[in-house]
Amino acid sequence: MALNLVVKVHPVVLFQIVDAYERRNADSHRVIGTLLGTCDKGVVEVTNCFCVPHKEHADQVEAELNYAMDVYELNRRVNASENIVGWWATGNEVTNHSSVIHEYYSRECREPVHVTLDTSLAGARMGLRAYVCVALGVPRGKQGCMFTPIDVGLTYYEPEIVGLQLCQKTIGPGGRSRQVQPAVDLAQVADAASRLSGLLDQVVQYVEEVLSERTTPNNAVGRQLLELVSALPDLASASFADAFAGGVKDLLMVVTLAQLIKTQLQLNEKLTLLTSQ
Amino acid sequence: MASRGGASRRVPENEAAITYVQCDGLAVMKIVKHCHEESYSNMEVAQGALLGLVVENRLEITNCFPFPKHDDTMDEEEYQLDMMRRLRRVNVDHFHVGWYQSADVGNFLSQSLLESQYHYQTSIEESVVVIYDTKKSARGFLTLKAYRLTPQAIAMYKERDYTPEALRNLKIGYESLFIEVPIVIRNSPLTNIMMSELSEMIPEEEGSKFLDLGTASVLEGQLRSLMERVDELNQEAIKFNRYQQLVVRQQQDKHRWLLKRAQENAARAAKDEAPLPEEDVNKLFKPHTVPPRLNPMIVAGQINTYSAHISQFCSQSLAKLYLTQALQNAKEAKQNN
Repeated sequence: MALNLVVKVHPVVLFQIVDAYERRNADSHRVIGTLLGTCDKGVVEVTNCFCVPHKEHADQVEAELNYAMDVYELNRRVNASENIVGWWATGNEVTNHSSVIHEYYSRECREPVHVTLDTSLAGARMGLRAYVCVALGVPRGKQGCMFTPIDVGLTYYEPEIVGLQLCQKTIGPGGRSRQVQPAVDLAQVADAASRLSGLLDQVVQYVEEVLSERTTPNNAVGRQLLELVSALPDLASASFADAFAGGVKDLLMVVTLAQLIKTQLQLNEKLTLLTSQ
Repeated sequence: MASRGGASRRVPENEAAITYVQCDGLAVMKIVKHCHEESYSNMEVAQGALLGLVVENRLEITNCFPFPKHDDTMDEEEYQLDMMRRLRRVNVDHFHVGWYQSADVGNFLSQSLLESQYHYQTSIEESVVVIYDTKKSARGFLTLKAYRLTPQAIAMYKERDYTPEALRNLKIGYESLFIEVPIVIRNSPLTNIMMSELSEMIPEEEGSKFLDLGTASVLEGQLRSLMERVDELNQEAIKFNRYQQLVVRQQQDKHRWLLKRAQENAARAAKDEAPLPEEDVNKLFKPHTVPPRLNPMIVAGQINTYSAHISQFCSQSLAKLYLTQALQNAKEAKQNN
């Protein structure tokens, strides 16, 4: 049944929506667009989206549906597995116009979902909500439809998370945005180490507070702490030292080889440029 | 004086001075998504176009779109124009500033890439090629690099002359083919708000894959590719050496032939006979074609990339190993107490 649908959104989609909202025409308050993705066993996975130009008047709505079809076709050439699964809009409420648009989309796909991203920041949050349209009314009376909220969550590929974490570094202190550069490997490991150290400090502080009876102990937390401590594999120190030394030796050897190859390359380059015919 | 005044006038630069590339988070995420999806299906690289604008000394990339896979049935030019026209309707920057490509372990140097970038850079002055490293990003380190062809590389490609002298005149080597332009990522405040919402939805432990200790499989793969490249370079070097030996031998043959000719002419002159007709030496000894140096240069560049990557990978694996050692020491200290 329709109400069991769960919507999973990829981060790319949200980026697109925010960008489309920022680029809207001066006279529009809302932007709408099509959601692309796959629908499988009650889970709608939204992997892509694009913006559709539209105009809203007091009592009617105009959306360029040909444009939407064209862009969908273009996208199919790149990714044939993405289908239309619904549509999105910015703003924090579902209006009368939405049902008209929703009706159009229900012609395109079987069970369109409607996702809203609250760019007007009502309630100081950017809410992400999803709806399906459920028909209601008396059988022989007037039929209507109601937008019912359904669960919406986030899903992602592994590299998307990496990209997201990098982008999140632009959130500077005090809400000003900064610029960030893709970091060198070593810097990232150092970063993670410091983050881990911070987390460990928090845990230690909590344990001390419990011991000195300033906070009431929580059983669930305690159990998780036990799991954490026993998660370190129990290696005898001799075998660990062996494994460690072996690993270090291998890595150092490879580093030497790589540097040797680089030096040889540079030499080769110099020599070939020197040779006369 | 009047002539001095001319020197103070700004000389118009014929090469746009792009000092860095600024990428929007949206473009980054789209590139990641497209390259990731392509890496599942086939071995070919994923390519796409970058859109944006040029502001002072930086190149801003605000959006991008993927190219369809090479298909003879459709026209790629048309697809691009269509796409850009549609994006313009929704107020997206439609200035084509470059293209992106996915690569394995950052190994992107190839003849087709040189050619594409050459065409791009000659038609659009400031264009860059952005390389996204699929394997490395999957391991947890997002790698996005922007490159431009150096002026020497452009000059060399224009002539299509890959002989050693040409390369020597241009002072070009595998290191001076491309220059790397630093990339910076920037997001609008609204996007930042959206991302802080997202961060609440993502569990904390995701995205820590790069702390993974396993190194063997990755190293093996990289070393194997490195060995293949080195073999290739070796073949090229052997070819070049053989060519040089041929040239030397040919010189000797020429010399000997000329001497013989001179002797014969002298003998004939002594007998009062007409000297033999002068023959063109060069027609008898056709000069051998110089093997083009482009391929060895490309292969050398690839080897360079591989070795740089391997060193970087090893250094961060070493760091991780030392981290675990510290943890183990702490644990043992606790046990002994």
